[in-house]
Amino acid sequence: MQDNHPLPETWQDEVFPILKSVNVKHIAYVPDAGHSKAIKAANTDVSIKSVVLTTEEEGLGYLAGAWLGGDRGALLLQYSGVGNCINTLALQSCARFPLLMLVTMRGDWAEFNPWQNPMGQNTEEILTRMGVMIWRADKSEDVAPLIRGAATMAFDGDSACAVILGQRLIGEKEWNN
Amino acid sequence: MCRYSWAATNWRKRVEQLDDNKASMQDENIGLDRREVVRMLLKDRVDMLVVTGLGSPSYDVMAAGDHDNNYYLWAAMGSASTVGLGLANSQPDRKVLVITGDGEMLMGIGSMATIAVQKTTNLSIVVLDNGHYGETGMQLSHAGQGIELDKLASACGFDWTDSIRSMEQVKLLQQRIHHKESLNFANVKVNSANKPRVIPPRDGVYIKNRFRMSLGFKPG
Repeated sequence: MQDNHPLPETWQDEVFPILKSVNVKHIAYVPDAGHSKAIKAANTDVSIKSVVLTTEEEGLGYLAGAWLGGDRGALLLQYSGVGNCINTLALQSCARFPLLMLVTMRGDWAEFNPWQNPMGQNTEEILTRMGVMIWRADKSEDVAPLIRGAATMAFDGDSACAVILGQRLIGEKEWNN
Repeated sequence: MCRYSWAATNWRKRVEQLDDNKASMQDENIGLDRREVVRMLLKDRVDMLVVTGLGSPSYDVMAAGDHDNNYYLWAAMGSASTVGLGLANSQPDRKVLVITGDGEMLMGIGSMATIAVQKTTNLSIVVLDNGHYGETGMQLSHAGQGIELDKLASACGFDWTDSIRSMEQVKLLQQRIHHKESLNFANVKVNSANKPRVIPPRDGVYIKNRFRMSLGFKPG
């Protein structure tokens, strides 16, 4: 293979360009390995406000504020952060603020650490019960169309939307090295 | 045995200390009049954008006059400061003022760090600190037990922080907010007198769309 041969794109490489293509200007996140490429891209793109949070519910407030000011944004988080967001989701529910969440999973498949399971097994139900529409991606080819579709329903329909990025998609966490 | 009696003595001391705090903080004459503070901060507001924390700060801002550029929170406790940050980052030419209470700020305490690293200069956070949770029966808050929120903000790296105890300082704060040259955090010591509730609109969609339309955006 030649040095300048472009590497094949993984789904992780696709996330940030899709968000930019739907006019997202703000990316709020709690650091996560599954989102690391999108986070790195957001941090180096001067046209994007990238906002590192101490806890995920800050992102719900932040994105509501950005929308009040006329801008679109997205929240990148782990499944555990969904638990932190529950009460604050009243904001999206009562005011119909658009919300686009990309949620990386643990505790849903081939999980070595059982402490991840209580939240991992309930992430989708919690989101659904709080009025967030969900789409699940377990295959890489599903990621781009699901994010694009969720963005349409969030920003054009004033809805709370989440794309669940399953552990089968991300891959098993390697514990032996 | 020894350890138990030590714990009991300490607990008694702690309860006595809390009772003392309660007695002093519940003195309705200590601290500024919250309505007067908010009226002065919103005087000549022109194009200022305002976000309020749930409870008394929302009533105080409503009492000063409803406005298209007010966003009142009725839930999502702890979110006033982050809504303000998102607004400030999306409207960099406007000044954004968050008016909230000490309990609401405490629930979103991590947001001080999130906001400070953004280095936003068109955002001011004003905490109306009466040292109590007013909506739930006037229980002492952490601020009422000695935690100084402006010092936390200062440690996080806000450009300007202060503890405000006079109306002269409030007037200077109002001018500072209009200058839009620094990330500000003011902890205003207000008294714990109960004020009549002045209820802002509760329809979240209405206040959202009203706010956006005043900035030239269409409802969805």
